[in-house]
Amino acid sequence: MDPVRRIADTDLDGPLETITLVSLADGRRGFSGYIASVDAHAPVPGGLAAHELERRLLEMGFVEGARIEILHEGFIGRDPICVKLDDMRVALRRRDARGVMVRPDAAQ
Amino acid sequence: MTPPDLATAVAAAAGGAPAAPIRAALVGNPNSGKTAMFNALTGSRQKVANYAGVTVERKEGHLIAPDGRRISILDLPGTYSLRARSPDEVVTRDAVLGRLAGETPPDVVVLIADATNLRLVMRLALELRDVGRPAVLALNMIDIATRQGLEIDATRLAIELSMPVVTTVATRKRGIDELVIQIEAQAANSATAPADTWTEPSAAALRALHREAERILKACVLPPRRPDTFTGKLDSVLLHPVAGIGVLLVVLFLMFQAVFAWAAPLMDLSNAGFEALGAVMGNLMPDGLLKSLITDGIIAGVGSVVVFLPQIVILFLFIILLEDFGYMARAAFLLDKIMGGAGLHGRAFIPLLSSFACAIPGIMATRVIDNKRDRLTTILVAPLMTCSARIPVYTLIISAFIPRQQVWGVLSLQGLIFFGLYAAGLISALVVAWLVRKVFWRGAAEPFLMELPAYKIPDPMNVARNVLQRAQIFLQRAGTIILSMMILIWFLCTFPGAPAGAVGPAIDYSFAGMIGHAIQPVLAPIGFNWQMSVALIPGMAAREVAVGALGTVYAVAGADTSVLGASLAHQWSLASALAFLAWYVFAPQCASTLGVVKRETNSWRWPIIMFCYMTGLAYVASLIVYQTAVAMGAG
Ligand SMILES: Nc1nc2c(ncn2[C@@H]2O[C@H](COP(=O)(O)OP(=O)(O)OP(=O)(O)O)[C@@H](O)[C@H]2O)c(=O)[nH]1
Repeated sequence: MDPVRRIADTDLDGPLETITLVSLADGRRGFSGYIASVDAHAPVPGGLAAHELERRLLEMGFVEGARIEILHEGFIGRDPICVKLDDMRVALRRRDARGVMVRPDAAQ
Repeated sequence: MTPPDLATAVAAAAGGAPAAPIRAALVGNPNSGKTAMFNALTGSRQKVANYAGVTVERKEGHLIAPDGRRISILDLPGTYSLRARSPDEVVTRDAVLGRLAGETPPDVVVLIADATNLRLVMRLALELRDVGRPAVLALNMIDIATRQGLEIDATRLAIELSMPVVTTVATRKRGIDELVIQIEAQAANSATAPADTWTEPSAAALRALHREAERILKACVLPPRRPDTFTGKLDSVLLHPVAGIGVLLVVLFLMFQAVFAWAAPLMDLSNAGFEALGAVMGNLMPDGLLKSLITDGIIAGVGSVVVFLPQIVILFLFIILLEDFGYMARAAFLLDKIMGGAGLHGRAFIPLLSSFACAIPGIMATRVIDNKRDRLTTILVAPLMTCSARIPVYTLIISAFIPRQQVWGVLSLQGLIFFGLYAAGLISALVVAWLVRKVFWRGAAEPFLMELPAYKIPDPMNVARNVLQRAQIFLQRAGTIILSMMILIWFLCTFPGAPAGAVGPAIDYSFAGMIGHAIQPVLAPIGFNWQMSVALIPGMAAREVAVGALGTVYAVAGADTSVLGASLAHQWSLASALAFLAWYVFAPQCASTLGVVKRETNSWRWPIIMFCYMTGLAYVASLIVYQTAVAMGAG
């Protein structure tokens, strides 16, 4: 799937080029939006192969179109993070969240 | 007549041969209430074993349906997907697909779903539907769903998923009868189940399944009118960077206190009981080998198993309460960064903390870690934490050799050394864990990706049952191996007996004495004399036994260790004493620990690795301590 299609998949309005996507790994507490794409292009250093991480994220419910919000951050280096993903809560490390691209809510 | 026989007889009397038993398997996401459902279905008719060749627990039970048919229930490890990511999940997948060697494929798969959290389980349901085996969906925790005003169109859901749907409350045993009826009905279709053609879904296939699940959810489920706000509110305290850590420390402190201090009276009681029993038997029986076997071998051996029971029960009570309440995942979240730095999983803090009391419950508690490698790393380092059995040894040596003086006016030197020994254990555990990660299991560090379940008040019956089950597993499995090791050590210390007219303690003439003398040259560079070397062999029974063993080889009788201490202070150099302390920080001087590792990992490989690396560490540490001390004039 190419990136443009993936964004189109989530029925975003507005011209594509004006959409800035933010990686979930860079979000702060209170950051919220909709997941625009999930792909772990780059393998996490010392972690899983990219395609495996992508599938794990998908299986945990990190899919295009899902509502996401960062609820809590760890106390050392703001890591790991606890996110509200649709109606469930999931904890993950920032390095594993790198490939989750979010279209932030307008206010941000 | 046992119930199954009775049921069969009733069925036979009703005319018609008893129908063949049905095999059902429970599948579900973690925290869906699968364990509670298993208990509700099978009551106490359960059996816990291991799958052949893996460490995964196999829980099976059975029930008798109202028509007399026997239904056996297999509880499979929780999973989010058939695409297995851990040994536990491999078992689940292979059991569902009928690929598991030595297992008959289940006739019916029962999918347990948390009705308040259907999104992920819907995808698993679709995966199961596509596999085509007869299945039943149990919408569990329907009580909570109703309270939240969640509406689920079960009829529509059943059509979409092409499997019957029942609603249940596992902890209250509601909806169980209906579930059993549906299991029986579905079992009739098992003969026509299609062949196994399952392959791992690709990322694209997963996305498609998600979209399908989303569509079904939209069609069948109305969102809750009164959603759970309690979990969110509690989380804003419990996951708070400051308050959350504070609460966590209090919880950890309580747990440590409980395992360490609350268990102590019970352990003393059990020790005293077995000692009294040994004394009574000793008085009743004539002196001789049989008496020695019964009092020193068997009674002392059984006693050394039972003595762990209070700690195991208390520890698992805490673990199961925290797990059922939903706090365990939060604690792992808070500690992930610290534990992760040493290459350990966030959940490893429970086994490691427990190991300060005793490595046996600690190693049993590594079950809270799902990933196999993380679990093995934790098992390997758990015995490095300073367990309570080391305290008598430390106390004996420190009070005999370290002067009672103050350092910098306020700190006692003895206390400082004590603290240093604790710190050495803790730091070496973290370093070893880090090394294991870096050297042996380079590459695939598991991502930390964990659902934080909604908080729930634990169900007392469920908790009690699970704690009892742990105690039973410990006595049955770990107990037998600990007992046999104790008898082996007794044998080594007793045979052959001392010749007539021998001088010196009898142990000197036994196999243990021979081994001690044989290894003494190897231990000479670390400052151990032959008495110390001999004492190491009976000291394998448990670390604190070393105190008694030293008493035996130095023929210092009596319970007062200060006499022994004074005697040691005469005969050992300070350097030897310090080397002995260093040895006890690291050495695997505990046969029970090795036995439990064997049980928990289902192979001799890990206890052997543990024995070798700990002995190596102990040797190097003692060597450095002894040689340095000698060089500084303490030899
Ligand atoms: N209110 C309510 N609580 C339930 C029900 N079923 C289970 N629980 C509770 O949910 C929690 C989790 O249940 P478990 O049976 O341990 O869940 P599990 O699926 O075995 O979880 P894992 O052991 O993590 O796989 C426990 O606190 C149970 O008491 C139910 O039907 N209603």
